[in-house]
Amino acid sequence: MQGMTIIVKKITQIMAPVIFLFGLYVIVHGHLSPGGGFAGGVILAAAFILQILSFGSILPSLRREEVWLELLESTAVMGFLVISGLGLLLASFRIFFLNFINRGTVGQLLSGGIIPLENIVVGAEVCAAITTIFIALTVYQDEVTQ
Amino acid sequence: MNSLVPLFVIVPLGSAFLMVIFGRLIKHLSKILVTMMLLFLLYLTFYFLYNVTEPQIYEVGGHAARNGVPIAIYLVIDGFSKLLLLIISLIGFLSALYALSYTRQYTAEPKFYILFSLLIAGMNGLVISGDIFNIFVFLEISSIAAYALVAFGIEREQLEASFKYQVLGGVASLIILLSIGFIYWQTGTLNMADISAQVAGTGVFFKFVAVLLITGFGLKAAIFPFHSWLPDAHSSAPSPISAMLSGVVIKAIGIYVILRLFFNMFAINYEISMTITVLGALSMIIGSLLAIGQWDIKRMLAYSSISQIGYVILGVGIGMLVLVRGGDIKIAALAITGGLFHLINHAVFKGLLFLGAGAVEYRTGTRDMRKLGGLNEVMPVTASSSLIASLSISGVPPFNGFFSKLIIIIAAVQAKYYFLALLAVIVSIITIGYFMKLQKYTFFNKNVNFPKIREVPFSMAFSQILLAVLCLGLSLLVIPDVQKIFLKPAVDALINSTAYARVILGY
Repeated sequence: MQGMTIIVKKITQIMAPVIFLFGLYVIVHGHLSPGGGFAGGVILAAAFILQILSFGSILPSLRREEVWLELLESTAVMGFLVISGLGLLLASFRIFFLNFINRGTVGQLLSGGIIPLENIVVGAEVCAAITTIFIALTVYQDEVTQ
Repeated sequence: MNSLVPLFVIVPLGSAFLMVIFGRLIKHLSKILVTMMLLFLLYLTFYFLYNVTEPQIYEVGGHAARNGVPIAIYLVIDGFSKLLLLIISLIGFLSALYALSYTRQYTAEPKFYILFSLLIAGMNGLVISGDIFNIFVFLEISSIAAYALVAFGIEREQLEASFKYQVLGGVASLIILLSIGFIYWQTGTLNMADISAQVAGTGVFFKFVAVLLITGFGLKAAIFPFHSWLPDAHSSAPSPISAMLSGVVIKAIGIYVILRLFFNMFAINYEISMTITVLGALSMIIGSLLAIGQWDIKRMLAYSSISQIGYVILGVGIGMLVLVRGGDIKIAALAITGGLFHLINHAVFKGLLFLGAGAVEYRTGTRDMRKLGGLNEVMPVTASSSLIASLSISGVPPFNGFFSKLIIIIAAVQAKYYFLALLAVIVSIITIGYFMKLQKYTFFNKNVNFPKIREVPFSMAFSQILLAVLCLGLSLLVIPDVQKIFLKPAVDALINSTAYARVILGY
């Protein structure tokens, strides 16, 4: 895919890190404010997609990215299952999705037990999934036009 | 709380993603993992069938009910869920066994098993879910896996069928989500037991919601006016998937939910029972009439699925009507027993027929009956098992289909629905007709085009033989002592329709 003009590239260089950081903020504050794993993951993916769009890409490197993203996505889902399944293994209650970590005080960043952890893996999963969809469409378009 | 309940979802979901992560490193990991996973699920189902008699209620996250209001996600395994879990893991295991050789023709073999595991995870989750929104979530998981699996061969015909399936499935999901929204708006809860406590009066609003739900899940189950996607999707999918779709998926995500909602969530009323019975009778007749003219083996089997699903709905519908009119509860129990018995039987013999059709296609490369013929000399295992399945689907004793149809017809006569009983007999005769056509043109005529083909590989033949044995073995379910283990709990769960809510809410 072709890149865009120098203006777009420069603005992207400035904006992409900010968008990425905002995505991380939304994810880690998921248990306190609106948003969370899904919304933050989409914002993270937007940072990557913006860079691919503005700087352009070559087909082989996109394919390589796709493999790693697939791996990241599945690992994140497994992480979600493991965190929620730990309740079945560890505690004497044997409950799926048991919130086994101390929940802390409401309103602080480090609170909510396993919910922030789940938010982080959901964020990774959604980011990888959305980027994979985008790359799949791009690869398809490149293959058709060639 | 039994801590084994969530394993029905965790195990298939976890194995699907393990296949993605380690599939590149270890060769044949996906094939080994999918068979182990389904064997484990089968073991778990039998454990629940034999050892656990009480309905099992599982609060995810351990949040107990506050002031009698359930707040956690509930997983419920009662008799009816167990029956569906048994069908899913049994047919799933045999289809996976068959697929081990069948999928060699595809380039992306591991992806097939990943999607297959997700399909199993979605259906298992749907069947044990106790609240209506999670039913929708798991419905979407299994539907999306099914769309992808139908298109797995990426030929033109398969993509077209998958697209049609996606459009109609999407419409169905939209309608279902809308009606769930309506229910939540009016009752403020999503838990089915809690809803059933609040919709006891049958106002116009809930009748509208009921119609929406019948439309949505009727589309998923391919009942008569909504059946147009089924012949395309089921005939162009890879054969193990056709067996799963026809044998299990339309039952788990269609029939199961309709029965669960209209027996255990809404109070049974006359209009809804009549609608369900009429739709069942119509799809029974029209499916069989459409099947006669088909020359494509799998397309004929797909139309036959519509017809046989009609029998299941007819049986259960008669039971509902008897219950509503305050008739003899034994007749209602008999009709529902017949319907659910036919549900198991149809899963087994339709699965076997699709696997047989797949075996024919695997060796000859065609599904057109006019080009085939005389295959019983070159493919004896496929021919004989397909003959057994054809005999049992058309209701020839001593195979299982005879007994379930007999029970449905006896129940219809006892409930004084003589016309429905007559229709069931006539459709059974039509069924014999088109299966004789299938047998004659595929396996018995003169072998002109394919004199030198061989029998299918071991794993495909083996799972066909197992299913053929089951066709005969399931006849034993007509004996009351055997019924007590497999069918009686399911029938009781439907007949005592208010018991479901009572057990969950605990009063």
